[in-house]
Amino acid sequence: MTEPADATLAVSCRQVRKHFGDGDQRIDALRGVDFDARLGELSFLVGPSGCGKTTLISVIAGLLDRTAGELRVLGSSIDDLPPRQRVLFRRRNLGFVFQQYNLLPALSAAENVAVPLLVAGEPRRTALDRAGALLHRLGLGSRTAALPATLSGGQQQRVAIARALVHEPRLVVCDEPTAALDHSNGEAVMELLAGSAVHPGRAVIVVTHDSRVFHHAHSIAHMDDGRIVSTTRAHDVPFPGPHPGVLGQRAPLPTTLSEASA
Amino acid sequence: MNFVALRMLTGDRAKYFGLVFAIAFCTFLLENQTSIFANIMRRTASQVLDVTDAEIWVMDPRTEYWEQTKALKETDLTRVRGVPGVGWAVRLFKGTPVARTESGRFAVSTLIGIDDATLTGAPRKMFMGSWQRLRQPDSVIVDKAGYVLLFPGEPFELGRTLEMNDRRATIVGISDASAPFASLPVMHARYSAAVNFLGRERTQLSFVLVRPAPGVQPAALTSTIERHTGLRARTTEEFMWDSVRYYLRNTGIPVNFGITIAVALVVGTVVAGQTFYLFTLDNLRQFGALKAIGVSNLRLTGMILLQALSAAALGFSLGTGLAATFFEITGRRMATRGIVLLWQSVGLTGTAILVVVAIASVLSIRRVLVLEPASVFRS
Repeated sequence: MTEPADATLAVSCRQVRKHFGDGDQRIDALRGVDFDARLGELSFLVGPSGCGKTTLISVIAGLLDRTAGELRVLGSSIDDLPPRQRVLFRRRNLGFVFQQYNLLPALSAAENVAVPLLVAGEPRRTALDRAGALLHRLGLGSRTAALPATLSGGQQQRVAIARALVHEPRLVVCDEPTAALDHSNGEAVMELLAGSAVHPGRAVIVVTHDSRVFHHAHSIAHMDDGRIVSTTRAHDVPFPGPHPGVLGQRAPLPTTLSEASA
Repeated sequence: MNFVALRMLTGDRAKYFGLVFAIAFCTFLLENQTSIFANIMRRTASQVLDVTDAEIWVMDPRTEYWEQTKALKETDLTRVRGVPGVGWAVRLFKGTPVARTESGRFAVSTLIGIDDATLTGAPRKMFMGSWQRLRQPDSVIVDKAGYVLLFPGEPFELGRTLEMNDRRATIVGISDASAPFASLPVMHARYSAAVNFLGRERTQLSFVLVRPAPGVQPAALTSTIERHTGLRARTTEEFMWDSVRYYLRNTGIPVNFGITIAVALVVGTVVAGQTFYLFTLDNLRQFGALKAIGVSNLRLTGMILLQALSAAALGFSLGTGLAATFFEITGRRMATRGIVLLWQSVGLTGTAILVVVAIASVLSIRRVLVLEPASVFRS
């Protein structure tokens, strides 16, 4: 008998596996991942390079198909959906923040932010108004007409976050959002994610190497060699909003399987 | 999303202008070469086309094109007139006498002798004077380009005299005749005067010009004439194409133009295709991000097609503008008069550019369609 779904779970992975290639060329990127991300929480995925973090969020976001295991995203089995439905699911429910921002260089900040709304069919004027208003709230009200090339790295990432949030998705997936930023900009970006993205109906998953921002997390899942080797939670922090975190003032996360086991 | 596609296209100015220029260059070259080629081919029959009074040309059975004439017998004219369905038939002479001016300049000319009584075949587009004045004795009409060739730098003036094979002729009009294939003066005279200029030979009749009787189709009448007389009969249109085909078969003109047109197509396709493909490659991360965000493959295909078609439309318009300007300028020169930008060339080139753009788009679309959206997570 199937266990009833936990309504607080935005993402539920059970023994999710993913491999690339076959035979001698086969690479097992995910080797049976168990991972949960809860609504209203900022969940971190951390681990060394090549441990499968990016593959896992790609599978969660429906950008890659899993090879085996169970995956539910916002109550749906996203990679079982037909391609067109999967695209629509992503369009409606997911927001993305990329390490390299991936802003369209020919579009202004507001136009970049408006893209998800335009994709959803919103009229251009309305979309630009909403995008401008959000940028204003994120402290970029004076740079709405600026091209990405004229913005600093921190400003570009804030634009990218605005783009990820503007259509009010229920799940925001962030890949190394602070990797290209200095400490203060990284902090500002994480505060934005924690403050703007986290509310009871939304979950944020952040893949990061950056231990300086771990204190923002509600939970931290540590990956190594294609598996989640440990998960640490901050139980005592009231929802919502940023909080001291589980590790901000404590010992650093284990970085190897043996450390985690110990 | 259309504005996003267009902004992506115009965002990289260097590549955008490179793409537009490649298409404009290709358009200009194709329109230029095809129009010049078609106009030159048309020139091989320009004197045939200038005759608007008659619709059928009757000639020796072995005559293949305008320049190649074998004299008919005078009785052939009577035989043609006797064919059922013929409204009327008149004689036409074509010869190539040497015209000499008083100052000693001379030029081999195309002399067309037209029916004395009806003046059928006279030039209808006159620059100066009138074709009715051909009724005056020893009179000729010379075309504008021929006049300039014989009297360079001198004002256009009627009443000047020429020696035509040592016989005196007076210029009574200057025509605006279509340019011939070879740059020879085109002269018109009455038939009787023309044969005098050439000197008496046993037979002088080059062509018989025929007008069908009312209600008779020219194409049908040509068959009837051939059946009754054993002569060759062609409609004006058919005779023009005979001339064009003769030059296509027997000269290197089509090969030369064909090579240029092929080079223009290949260079245009390669440069435009490569530039557009590079543009797509440069934007691959952005396309990947759009895919991840939820832009469907169909929408992305539409965006790429819009980008390609916009660049093509602008490049084609610029190229056509350049070609039109080129022909506007060269059309004023005597040697290249009458060579115009043909709408058929514009249409043909537009189709070719669409093919070029389609090839370029297919490569780009394929690259974007096989792109894994997950690739945007890789730094």
